[in-house]
Amino acid sequence: MKKQKSTLVIALNHIKKYRPLIALSILLAAVTVAGTLYIPILAGDAIDLIVGAGNVDFDGLMRLLPEIGIIAAAVALLQWIMNTVNNRITYHVVRDVRREAFEKIQVLPLSYLDSHPSGEIVSRVIADADQFADGLLMGFSQLFTGVVTILGTLGFMLYLNWKIALAVVILTPLSVLAARFIARKTYNMFKLQSETRGEQTSFINEIIDNQKVVKAFSREENVTEKFDEINGRLQKCSLRATFFSSITNPSTRFVNSVVYACVALTGALAVLGIGFSAGSVFTVGSLSVFLSYANQYTKPFNEISGVIAELQNALACAGRLFELIDEEPEIPDKKDASELEGVHGCVNLKDVEFSYSEDKKLIDHLNLDVKPGQRIAIVGPTGCGKTTIINLLMRFYDVNSGSIGVDGEDIRNITRHSLRSSYGMVLQDTWLRAGTIRENIAMGRPDASDSEIEEAARAAHAHSFIKRLPKGYDTVIGEDGGSLSQGQKQLLCIARVMLTKPPMLILDEATSSIDTRTEIRIQKAFLSLMEGRTSFIVAHRLSTIRESDLILVMRDGKIVEQGSHEQLLEKGGFYRELYESRL
Amino acid sequence: MRGNVAALKKLLRYMKNYIKECIFAPLFKMIEAGFELIVPLVIAAIIDNGIADKNLGYIGKMCVILVVLGVVGLVISITAQYFSAKAAVGFATEVRHSLFTHIQSLSYTELDTLGSSTLITRITSDVNQVQNGVNLTLRLLLRSPFVVFGAMVMAFTINGRISLIFLVTIAALSIAVFGIMIVTIPLYRDVQGKLDGVTELTRENLTGVRVLRAFCMEKHESQEFSRRNRALTDMQKFVGRISAVMNPLTYVLVNLAIVWLIYSGAIHVNEGSITQGEVVALYNYMAQILTELVKLANLIISITKAVACGNRIQSVFETESGEQNEDNVSASDENILNENDLNGENEYAVEFNHVGLTYKGAGDCSLHDIDFKVKKGETVGIIGGTGSGKTSLVNLIPAFYPATEGQIAVDGRDVRDYDVDELRAKIGVVPQKAALFSGTIRENLLWGNENAGDDRLNAALETAQAAEIVRNKENGLDYILEQNGGNLSGGQKQRLTIARALVRQPEILILDDSASALDMATDAKLRKALKKLDNTTTFIVSQRASGVKNADKIIVLDDGKIAGIGTHDKLLESCGIYKEIWDSQNS
Repeated sequence: MKKQKSTLVIALNHIKKYRPLIALSILLAAVTVAGTLYIPILAGDAIDLIVGAGNVDFDGLMRLLPEIGIIAAAVALLQWIMNTVNNRITYHVVRDVRREAFEKIQVLPLSYLDSHPSGEIVSRVIADADQFADGLLMGFSQLFTGVVTILGTLGFMLYLNWKIALAVVILTPLSVLAARFIARKTYNMFKLQSETRGEQTSFINEIIDNQKVVKAFSREENVTEKFDEINGRLQKCSLRATFFSSITNPSTRFVNSVVYACVALTGALAVLGIGFSAGSVFTVGSLSVFLSYANQYTKPFNEISGVIAELQNALACAGRLFELIDEEPEIPDKKDASELEGVHGCVNLKDVEFSYSEDKKLIDHLNLDVKPGQRIAIVGPTGCGKTTIINLLMRFYDVNSGSIGVDGEDIRNITRHSLRSSYGMVLQDTWLRAGTIRENIAMGRPDASDSEIEEAARAAHAHSFIKRLPKGYDTVIGEDGGSLSQGQKQLLCIARVMLTKPPMLILDEATSSIDTRTEIRIQKAFLSLMEGRTSFIVAHRLSTIRESDLILVMRDGKIVEQGSHEQLLEKGGFYRELYESRL
Repeated sequence: MRGNVAALKKLLRYMKNYIKECIFAPLFKMIEAGFELIVPLVIAAIIDNGIADKNLGYIGKMCVILVVLGVVGLVISITAQYFSAKAAVGFATEVRHSLFTHIQSLSYTELDTLGSSTLITRITSDVNQVQNGVNLTLRLLLRSPFVVFGAMVMAFTINGRISLIFLVTIAALSIAVFGIMIVTIPLYRDVQGKLDGVTELTRENLTGVRVLRAFCMEKHESQEFSRRNRALTDMQKFVGRISAVMNPLTYVLVNLAIVWLIYSGAIHVNEGSITQGEVVALYNYMAQILTELVKLANLIISITKAVACGNRIQSVFETESGEQNEDNVSASDENILNENDLNGENEYAVEFNHVGLTYKGAGDCSLHDIDFKVKKGETVGIIGGTGSGKTSLVNLIPAFYPATEGQIAVDGRDVRDYDVDELRAKIGVVPQKAALFSGTIRENLLWGNENAGDDRLNAALETAQAAEIVRNKENGLDYILEQNGGNLSGGQKQRLTIARALVRQPEILILDDSASALDMATDAKLRKALKKLDNTTTFIVSQRASGVKNADKIIVLDDGKIAGIGTHDKLLESCGIYKEIWDSQNS
């Protein structure tokens, strides 16, 4: 509860700038509700003027009827303005929080992004933002209108005849109680339904995802049998849940009709002046007003219970969203951070210590001195943390102690942008974005000319396959490459780096699933890319490793050996073991 | 639109067991609505007779009638809810069953076209949407128009001339409500499209964060996001402004109608043709009409959604299965392949006779002029780059896809002449993706052959080098696997899928790159054990030359064509591509 409260405070803070609009919306809501409730009274008065043949006050009608028309028009106009204002508030708040969230994503440390699944963050930025704005703002406005309607109706009824009003007030909660009672009784049925549904969905997922295996073993009949068994159970519990919950509406309608009958009875008696005339005159017109009030009085009650659930959900969404927005950003560049220019390619690691979590030390006292143009291979079994080195060089993560220097300058004293643009990075996890091939290659240099892009693609041995695509360089590929093969994707990533001509390189060789001929092309592309550049390569191929100036051998996240190929073989340690198992 | 309706009609065949419910549910709903329509008349009677004549007994009687109407309405309406729930749930159950059965009958080609995630959405959330739609339709679709027109008819019985006001009002309200809906529904689709764009960019910035930061794209991305975000908001506001007109407009229309109603009511009362109570009744009818029209508009939105889902489901039903079964076995009259068949004994396990394969919808062929014969008991290696057609080739043997050219024979008989289940019973397939199912290890292995005893299971596990996996589990064969074998490592899963295929004691075993997660030593042991299966013809697909080196025959594929067939030594001499692969992997 406390947490909900603080979320509410944060949420309200975020919509501060719309305070005047919100005030306007509340004002408009109050005015329109009052107008809506006032019109039946005028209509009732008008009906009182029509008593019987020859007994109609036309003068009075000519005064009242235009008034109804004008008030109705005014209410409608105000209602439209209110709707527009509400829309504006909702959509602008969503827009604002989304932008805030997105901008936060740009500055969040990689440690946060690595430890949170991307789908979850996307759902915060998209779905939760919608729920928050819709639920919270619209919930509030509905709650407010509902309460104003109830109070207004109550006020008008009390004003007309407090005794009948009392009867309505006492009886109407019955419908709310009936709805509650049914909801509680059906809760378990819904739970069973959703559990069975979940069971069925997971069975469907499993079977249809592997439909080809089912066919290969001719198991169609067996799985259908199992499916039907679950399907039958689902039918039973679904019927119970659906039916019993659908009793709510008729029940509340029944309570309403009882209330209606009571109003009719007491009202009619009051008109006759028996028992219920509370001082003021009660007319047929008043009776008709009461009847229409009795109809609309219960509606907000049923709505409000829905709104409260909605509000709670909205607050939960807001909580998730603001947790992201209020997340600590990565340490910004130093104010006096310098720009890295004309990089030679000296990289020094001095006594570097690093770990992702405090209890598990990964890199300890790592020293490394890389001269311009040298090739450093990082080797080790899969999952041993080779990407950690990339993370540190690119400053995706900061070292815990020690320092990394480029051309003698500590990388914490230079801007991240200038550091990162000094490296060209090709990861094994190729990443392309939805767009044309051309846009993807030009990602690092959006101003590159067509001929430059083509040249880069040629250098990356990607030109020939791009040319064979349906629309060449203008072929649109879906999110993450779509129909391109793994190897082709990697070639595109190489072309992307080719175009920017960075002084240093970070390469991540693909392990498998690339066919030999593409692999040869990638190999060639890598070689021409590395020409004269300081390069760090997460390597799997023997030839790459052998031709490196220095090999870092990693195991379980730690660097266990370093040296040249010959030195390491001679040493007869883990590297030698690795090397031999490969043959 | 007409096409949509036609498609939906076909889906409605699953309603045939619920015709009774489909008639009774709306019928009872209408009776209930009829009772509701009587209420204003009762009130009018109270005013005109009870109050005017100061008849207390009459007033009391009428109020009792109001309560009775309520009770009868409650009973009837609950009955209607039951019928409609039964029909909707039953309909959904049958659709789900038929859809599932239909999916089981689809061949690989159709499964490829439709995609598993689409199929899963269709059979789960789409069917649920349709169920809700049917439920709502049965309950409300007839009720609301019935109340609207019923109110008008009641008005007509009170006074014919005044009820003209109702006619005009209903027409004006319908134009307002449905006009706005027709304008806004396509616009909401645009909004969805813009939202998809924002979602896509957000996702890209998370999955590609390293690359984007490496290229220092943060500012550029923020600008692009702002642009898409603003475009979305503008579109939302635009649509919002239009749909915000609906409520105020209907409100004004109804109130103007009420003003008109009271005015002409006054004239008629003055002439003595109707009473004050009847004016009140007319006034109440007008209010009922407004409520029901708004309900109807909301209902139509839900139904539109359900119809869209229904059409998507129907389109899956309309994807016809290309799979052959006993009914449509195409008796190929030119059975040139198998002279030996007459003797009942065939030397060859598998024969490919100038086979070509072009996938449905693909521009280019994936296999071209594949021609080879494999003797019984031989081991065949298949090697080549990604996309060279290795998997396509082996998938032709169990007729997962039909060859588009040439002929394939298994045991001397054209695969098209087999009943698919008979053909597949001869073949054990180990697909690339090691797929296991939730359940015990035994249940999984029995997929290979339901009647296999534990001895046979253990023998298969032994050959697949998987015996040790089972031995290390507490419950042995009864060890329960999670969905997709989540509680096993990749290598363990692969070995169990191999064992599953071996349980079948297949005449032909197909291993489609299915040892990729095994370490060198286990891989070698596995191959040795497989060699011992004398009566089994084995196909081994591999990326690595070392995996097929010892095969009796190696088929080298390049771009869908055979680049060479022969033993390892022979190919090293004669086949350039094979030599290239071998050298690159063993330099």
